[in-house]
Amino acid sequence: MKELKVQPIKNGTVIDHIEAGNAVKVLHILGIPKTSSSSVSVAMNVRSKLGKKDIVKVENRELDPNEVDKIALIAPKATINIIRNYEVAEKYRVQLPDEIIGIVRCSNPTCVSNSKKEPVSTRFIVVEKDPPRIKCYYCEREPDDIADRII
Amino acid sequence: MNFKGKDIISIKDFSKKEINYILDYSKKMLDYARGEKYSDLLKGKLLSSLFFEPSTRTRLSFESAVNRLGGRVIGFADPAATSQKKGESLADTIRMADSYSDVIVVRHPQEGAARLAAEFADAPVLNAGDGAGRHPTQCLLDLFTIYTEKKRISKNKVVLLGDLKYGRTVHSLAYALSLYGAELTFVSPESLKMPKEVVQECKELGVEPKHTSSLEKAVKDADVLYVTRIQKERFPDAEEYNRVVGAYRVDVDLLKYAQDNLIIMHPLPRVNEIHPEVDKTPHAIYFKQAFNGVPVRMALLSLVLGVKK
Ligand SMILES: [Zn+2]
Repeated sequence: MKELKVQPIKNGTVIDHIEAGNAVKVLHILGIPKTSSSSVSVAMNVRSKLGKKDIVKVENRELDPNEVDKIALIAPKATINIIRNYEVAEKYRVQLPDEIIGIVRCSNPTCVSNSKKEPVSTRFIVVEKDPPRIKCYYCEREPDDIADRII
Repeated sequence: MNFKGKDIISIKDFSKKEINYILDYSKKMLDYARGEKYSDLLKGKLLSSLFFEPSTRTRLSFESAVNRLGGRVIGFADPAATSQKKGESLADTIRMADSYSDVIVVRHPQEGAARLAAEFADAPVLNAGDGAGRHPTQCLLDLFTIYTEKKRISKNKVVLLGDLKYGRTVHSLAYALSLYGAELTFVSPESLKMPKEVVQECKELGVEPKHTSSLEKAVKDADVLYVTRIQKERFPDAEEYNRVVGAYRVDVDLLKYAQDNLIIMHPLPRVNEIHPEVDKTPHAIYFKQAFNGVPVRMALLSLVLGVKK
């Protein structure tokens, strides 16, 4: 029998195929542990057919699409498994939408989307999905490190 | 081709075909821009001219374009006198202007401001410069100048000189010239080199820009020399600034290396990048270039207002 790296969960979400080393950023995006009382387990550098990967399991929480978009920004190959009663009820790969609204802050300090005065959400056009490249809709700047800019 | 209601925010929003159309239409506006013919094409149309930072040349050129075509202008030229100073948002100012007028011209210190303005206005918005960002009417008048002086844009050897890092006009111009497959040479001090994103854009359009620090060499077979201002505040000390400015000064000595049909352009205002003695030579085209802002803006205004002749 294969050694179990992470305990199976009864209900919740398993995020699989996170690029090795990025699990911590995924946790950050999900606001864990701050905004969550769910128990969370993380496996890093798990060996798989496609090389090393990270896995995150969150109990008693099903991710909403907005959170999935954010994950796609830093783990474009991740798959989301929704677990109900130990069974995989839904499984899908994260997918970056063509536009990202209100998730990433523009790295340009004089961009109008960073103005506190204006009734505006940040808005980015997705230039490439994997590896993710995004461009500010307003000032056209591309942030160098997307993970650092996630709101 | 229908431009009615279209916003003019970035040159990148336009295809080469659309740019050609605008340039050809601008040509038809030349007689009206010179005041040799009169038209009331924009009669009954009201333009809001909102300059959140001053820019005399751009503002006057828009006002000349509207007035010469029988339209009228409301607005402000000095941000100190506006409600912005009292903390009003750009969005609210735009909503107000939108209800008062038929077309809006906006100049603003923040990048992306024109794109934001367009979201809050039903009327077409023309970007007259947003921060270090875009200035599409400047880009179009630059293209128009090359087009009218050289009869075509493609295949020209164009040298872009000066502050290529922060100079806002050169980024869009490098992109637009690449659309046409012009040959590009960038001449700048090391610290003010063309950003790699812009170089990448040129390459994606099939143009491989050359870089050199030798102005004499670059000028030799050039058709167009586009000069930009090098700002003092970009340099840590005055000595370094003076050295750089001296090395890239365009004067009659430099022109000994040039072809007879070289044209020299500059978005103006200039400080000392071009020696005044160059003004008298047939190479100097920068004042004509500034004038070209009028026919190009005439064309744009009538196109977005849908009152084309
Ligand atoms: Zn931006």
